[in-house]
Amino acid sequence: MAVTELRRQPSLLRAAFERFIQVLLVFAAAISILTTAGIVFSLVFETIAFFSEVSIVEFLTETEWTPLFSIKKYGIWPLVTATVLTSAIAMMVAVPLGLIAAIFLSEFASDNIRRTVKPLLEILAGIPTVVYGYFALTTITPFLKNFIPTLSIFNSLSAGLVMGVMLIPFVASLSEDALSAVPNSLREAAYGLGSTRFEVAVRVITPAAISGIVASIVLAFSRAIGETMIVAIAAGQNPRLTFDPTVPVMTMTSYIVQVSLGDTPYGSLSYYTLYAVGFTLFIFTFILNIFSYWMVRKFREVYD
Amino acid sequence: MTTHDLEYDNPNAIEAHNMSVYYGSFRAVKDVSLAIEKNRITALIGPSGCGKSTVLRSFNRMNDLVPSARVEGQVLFHGENIYAPGVDPVNVRRRIGMVFQKPNPFPKSIYENVIYGPRINGWKLSRREMDELVERSLRGAALWDEVKDKLNQNGLSLSGGQQQRLCIARALAVEPEVILMDEPCSALDPISTLKIEELMFELRQHYTIIIVTHNMQQASRASDYTAFFLMDSDRTGQLVEYGSTSQIFQNPKDERTEQYISGQFG
Repeated sequence: MAVTELRRQPSLLRAAFERFIQVLLVFAAAISILTTAGIVFSLVFETIAFFSEVSIVEFLTETEWTPLFSIKKYGIWPLVTATVLTSAIAMMVAVPLGLIAAIFLSEFASDNIRRTVKPLLEILAGIPTVVYGYFALTTITPFLKNFIPTLSIFNSLSAGLVMGVMLIPFVASLSEDALSAVPNSLREAAYGLGSTRFEVAVRVITPAAISGIVASIVLAFSRAIGETMIVAIAAGQNPRLTFDPTVPVMTMTSYIVQVSLGDTPYGSLSYYTLYAVGFTLFIFTFILNIFSYWMVRKFREVYD
Repeated sequence: MTTHDLEYDNPNAIEAHNMSVYYGSFRAVKDVSLAIEKNRITALIGPSGCGKSTVLRSFNRMNDLVPSARVEGQVLFHGENIYAPGVDPVNVRRRIGMVFQKPNPFPKSIYENVIYGPRINGWKLSRREMDELVERSLRGAALWDEVKDKLNQNGLSLSGGQQQRLCIARALAVEPEVILMDEPCSALDPISTLKIEELMFELRQHYTIIIVTHNMQQASRASDYTAFFLMDSDRTGQLVEYGSTSQIFQNPKDERTEQYISGQFG
């Protein structure tokens, strides 16, 4: 009797419902994958169209970027250096401050402080970047001008600094997660050997959480590279090959904004530059993501 | 003349006088008075929740890491109360080492695990002296022969029993006087357990060992003295009986001790 109960077929309705749910889930998963694939494909095809008119050698060796001028030159480097420069300045701010904040929150702060400060940090991460951009342009740049009189109104220094501030909560929050995930038994072991709090934090817990910390830094770096509004507003629109942080520059993202907003005719060469630059940007973040994936796998310690 | 010289004749490594431990308002352990003899193995036994681990952790101020914990009474080490104002728990822990229930090597190489303590203690050692210290500590923990060819491998790559002996080697490297062991074999298989017990007998020549154990066979075969703890109706742990291991196991004075060691509860 019991056996026949177990073998009874489910009702048709239930089977249909199960099937429906399954299809729905696959559909939802497929959307995101197909969208990503679609973006990559359109990037690749339009980029190929661009390179059928501009040689890849010129793209990589020319030192000027003037696709919208009458004398057109297509050297990507001015945009790349500007992106790297603003991102590097941002990381110089975000990494030390974010890490210090994370170590403080995880290893030194009381539960009460942690419970208050962490949500505050995450609110900081929710400020729209356009606000940061105008903050850089209207507050930080005039302030810095007191110390650096030659500073241009648009410059990568204040854009980078403010971008760094924007990324602090990013680094702090993710690194704090990594530090807190280190098992308490390691803290006890270190204390048991006569470590001070500082030694426990710096010599045991931070190294043990290094994969998560590096991942947070790489993630922040790829956000800095892709960040658009702050640099478009505060760093300028002048593509030039320089590592001078006081002069206006143009990042890859700023260029994309400029072209997207302007009246660039569809199908023109200047239209295709958009994709070439976008594809370069994509390669940058893609390499960073692969790097962070590799780092996490290589250095992750498995605790049970 | 240092305190150490004054205490030269003191046969006890650690003495607890009327020690009580609180977690917040909860009194976890009440009025424990206990003298731990030097160069002996003292086992703390009792059912779960009887406060034996709490007592052990009070001996090197590990309870300080629990924000709500508070200790009353005295714990004397070389005649000095380790809970006196001005005593730095970091210094206490450098002389009273600890081995934990679950092996917890650092995610560093075997070599770095052992040399960690001397490094943070600021010992100025040449490369050769460090190598010797690592070898001596690993030999002391009966692990040297198994790992001498792979000192640069991660400590976590070892088996559970090896990891625990690595933790013992790590504790030995700072040359403590007392080693506290909190159920060091509970996560290990019987063969690894036996190795650790043999090791404890070796270590006894140079160190005082206090071990918390759930395992009464272990207490009876691997210790010189045994302290039996039990919690009262308020769930507060108390020391019921303390004596030589043979006396506790063969001729217990307290009825509750007899019931516990004969397996009637716990």
